[in-house]
Amino acid sequence: MRDTDQGAVTVHGSVDLLFRQRAGQLAATLTRILGLKHLDRVDDLVQDAFVQALKKWPYSGVPDNPAGWVLRVAKNRAVDELRRQGRWREKRDELERSILPAAEAGRAFFSTELTDDQLRMTFACCHPALPRDAQVALTLKTVGGFSVDEIARAFLATRATIAQRLVRAKRALKDARVELEIPAADALPGHLDAVLEVLYLTFNEGHGASAGDALVRGELCEEAIRLVELIAAHPVVGGPKVHALAALFLFQAARLPARVDAGGEQVLLAEQDRSRFDRALLRRALEHFRLAAHGDRVTSYHLEAEIASCHALAESYEATDWVRILDCYDRLLELAPSPVVALNRVVAVVRVAGDEAGREALAAIGQDPALERYGPRYAIEAELLERAGRTRQAAAAWSRALALTTSEPVRRYLQRRVALAQGAG
Amino acid sequence: MSQFMLLLHEDPRGFAALSPQEIQAVVGEYSAWRERLAQQGRLAGGNKLKDEGGRWLSGHNGRVRVVDGPFSEAKEVIGGYFMIEAADYDEAVAISRECPHLRYGGRIELREVDPIHD
Repeated sequence: MRDTDQGAVTVHGSVDLLFRQRAGQLAATLTRILGLKHLDRVDDLVQDAFVQALKKWPYSGVPDNPAGWVLRVAKNRAVDELRRQGRWREKRDELERSILPAAEAGRAFFSTELTDDQLRMTFACCHPALPRDAQVALTLKTVGGFSVDEIARAFLATRATIAQRLVRAKRALKDARVELEIPAADALPGHLDAVLEVLYLTFNEGHGASAGDALVRGELCEEAIRLVELIAAHPVVGGPKVHALAALFLFQAARLPARVDAGGEQVLLAEQDRSRFDRALLRRALEHFRLAAHGDRVTSYHLEAEIASCHALAESYEATDWVRILDCYDRLLELAPSPVVALNRVVAVVRVAGDEAGREALAAIGQDPALERYGPRYAIEAELLERAGRTRQAAAAWSRALALTTSEPVRRYLQRRVALAQGAG
Repeated sequence: MSQFMLLLHEDPRGFAALSPQEIQAVVGEYSAWRERLAQQGRLAGGNKLKDEGGRWLSGHNGRVRVVDGPFSEAKEVIGGYFMIEAADYDEAVAISRECPHLRYGGRIELREVDPIHD
């Protein structure tokens, strides 16, 4: 995987990753300076620093160290803020430390204290006083640097719903006078489930970027893996469930090099070159998978990791253990029913029991409103129609999937399928 | 080759609602435009102008009046300028036309430098 750390790289390389990647780190650093109760201001300061860059760089060019530039601007604004509040003196030392390179990043835990800024922020924002969806949305926005649109896609919700959810979350924190703070060790477990969900959604967005030119956003996957491994190693919150999630991420990440071809086009599972799977990541995945088995409870992360392991470890597409995969989906549906799981299960049903059974499984999902604007639903339908020789309906279904995607590589792939189906019809 | 000045008028309030992702896209487009000009040897300079601290000066009956420029609340301000090299207005317009500024609601005032020695 590529090195995503900053530095004087090409104009495009530096800018493409900078804002998105640094938003969370900036927020975390500023929060440490200003205090968590000023989360609202932190949001504004990060935005402000980005806007400064946006206004200045077109004229002057991108500076040699863009990340450092943005951090300095944000820090200067934070200092102004502290001066106004008369808290400059008490915070000065901390500020000096914070502008040093993030030496703590990546360091393992040696105590029960969370030492990673971004992880601390994530745990703080996942506050049990808020509804779970609000915790996750707030954290994705503030710490993850996600746009409202991206969060909406992650939740299969509309932009307006998410925007409102964010406003309500901030208001609720204010009204209830909830002090966002880094939870003490004994309070960490109460925040854990939402934190894991945040990482899960972050990884998902990286694994299958929902919009834009890239099929994969490696930096999001790496960040999710980094954080989940830090949590897994933590004495209080680490445990089988966290290891299961880490295993899931790593099994999936191991396949990333094979999922995109040299031209940036998507390669389907059946055609992936398995010699390009990342062996080192597979080894780490297996180690987490082993540790995940130590618990007495099977979570949805366990089952998803097991499915991912079947794909990542199979010698070939044909040799994939679809029976085991289908079994995992069945248990997953019992444990945590969701329309997306039911849809993915259809693919396994087709592999195990054939097209007719697949069509029945798809029909059983019916017109779930949550899937109505979910492109993959129509792609699966189209594939099944095409194989039944119903090319005209297949073309319509491919078109429907096409209309719903905002990812460029997926759009190109679906365009080819529409054209093929129309040509055959 | 003549020099031309591009004065970039912009609405300073337009940027506040952009997401990090969108900011990335905008900065990327400007950078690409600017880099291309530089590589072609057409870029002679450019600077952002500071947002705050502008002044209006005017003469009244032998006295100079200085007031703060109404910049930060103004609907449109000059955010910065570029100097470019072009053969004539047609070419200068062609270069300016590609500036991402126009795609984000800004306006460009294009003026040819009138040098003292022709």
